[in-house]
Amino acid sequence: MLELLMRALLGGLGVAAVAGPLGAFVVWRRMAYFGDTLAHSALLGVALGFLLDINLNLAIVVLCVGLALVLVALQKKHIIATDTLLGILAHSSLSLGLVAVSFLDNVRIDLMAYLFGDLLAISQTDLYWIYGGGLLVMALLVAFWRPLLALTVNEELAKVEGYPVEAIRLLLMLLVAVVIAVAMKIVGVLLITSLMIIPAATSRKLSQTPVQMATFAGVLGCLSVCGGLWASYHWDTPTGPSVVVCAALLFLIAYTLPTRKMAS
Amino acid sequence: MSTRLAELKDIGIRFGDRQLLSNINITLHQGEIVTLIGPNGSGKSTLIRTLLDLQQPSSGSVIRHNTLRIGYMPQKLHIDPTLPLTVKHFLGLVRGVNKKDITPTLNKVGIPHLENSQVHVLSGGETQRLLLARALLNRPNLLVLDEPVQGVDVNGQIELYGLIATIRDELNCGVFMISHDLHLVMAQTDTVVCVNQHVCCSGSPQQVKDHPAYRALFGVSGADASLAIYAHHHDHVHDDSGEVVEEGHVHSSSCKHHAH
Repeated sequence: MLELLMRALLGGLGVAAVAGPLGAFVVWRRMAYFGDTLAHSALLGVALGFLLDINLNLAIVVLCVGLALVLVALQKKHIIATDTLLGILAHSSLSLGLVAVSFLDNVRIDLMAYLFGDLLAISQTDLYWIYGGGLLVMALLVAFWRPLLALTVNEELAKVEGYPVEAIRLLLMLLVAVVIAVAMKIVGVLLITSLMIIPAATSRKLSQTPVQMATFAGVLGCLSVCGGLWASYHWDTPTGPSVVVCAALLFLIAYTLPTRKMAS
Repeated sequence: MSTRLAELKDIGIRFGDRQLLSNINITLHQGEIVTLIGPNGSGKSTLIRTLLDLQQPSSGSVIRHNTLRIGYMPQKLHIDPTLPLTVKHFLGLVRGVNKKDITPTLNKVGIPHLENSQVHVLSGGETQRLLLARALLNRPNLLVLDEPVQGVDVNGQIELYGLIATIRDELNCGVFMISHDLHLVMAQTDTVVCVNQHVCCSGSPQQVKDHPAYRALFGVSGADASLAIYAHHHDHVHDDSGEVVEEGHVHSSSCKHHAH
């Protein structure tokens, strides 16, 4: 039991620590819906993983990254508004995933675990994926921090100053895709984006600089994981939703408690 | 003749079936201030974006000489309110910036006291100065300014244009900027190019001011010109000095400035 909890805690902390800082970019660049779309499509990745009998984590990563690339290509064509495009992709890939899963007679899939996460079902292999993917994302985030931020502040200025704007934008989308893929086990398809945006939004209230906001977001995400797991252990609540509720509570506290001076 | 920095050659830009710009030829030199004027929708910003390689021309070409290094000041700065950012951090984002240059540059544009302020709380004039500082930190030999005095009151505008001229004198850089008001930039500009889909006229400010094409576009005198433009585009917000607009321009049916 203790080992199970420790693994869950380690996995959750690993995901939250990287989802927070990346979530700051998702909030700044208003990419929440983009994240949702990738998350929904992750279920299709699970179905494909079972169908083709390949590693599920790998299938999810490949599908998310692939979808991110398709989105970038489609966005450039300006056929329809981006939010409509995202809506179409999100729900059709989620539905396609659900349909595909229904064909899998020989495998019993706990659909709830994929939709809402099952932190307690984390395996040793999952941990390797979380920490491998997490470290990669973190390293890239640190290495490309300034270009990423310059792009977020003003793309045209960044371009005129010589930043490779297209490449950096793609990098950010791929980072989000990787985080979603590895975070899916923890909070599930439907709740992943919340682990990115809620801690980041809470962090805004406490921060004066982008670095602070990204760091606090990671810390707040970790606190939410601890709180969620604790609640789950004590009251036998579902772990994924408990983590999200905890994050939401922190958000409420940060925005309702009077502060000395609000960062504006 | 001083060094050429960049040339716009026979630029034409087409959006769908609308020809926005055609046959634009402008050469930018070291140490020279060139001001683009023209009504709203005349393609000024698009032309600047073409020079910056943010917009591809449909025809013609942009020649950027080897030494060219552009400092760009966009029309406005929108930073998402969820992004906490101080002036110092904003300027630190310039590619390859030497952090030691930030404070002296803020001094140069006259806002050294704002170094640790959040960018969201700056006034219109302060924001323009911040953007100018960012352009300068790119160590440019050509400043490209898209309506550098936007959102600034008239006194502030005169100050800003003065500052731009001072910077030109110090750095001996070229300046290519958009302005709405010939009158305010006259003293600080070497060449004026009046654009409305094509180059209507160009030359020294005095030459352009007296040019029939300019007069046709903006009304009789320079003072009328600026007010006339605003009267037509925002015909309910102009102030009491709108009385200047009396003769010499044609009133459209939507023009209500005699109503009060």
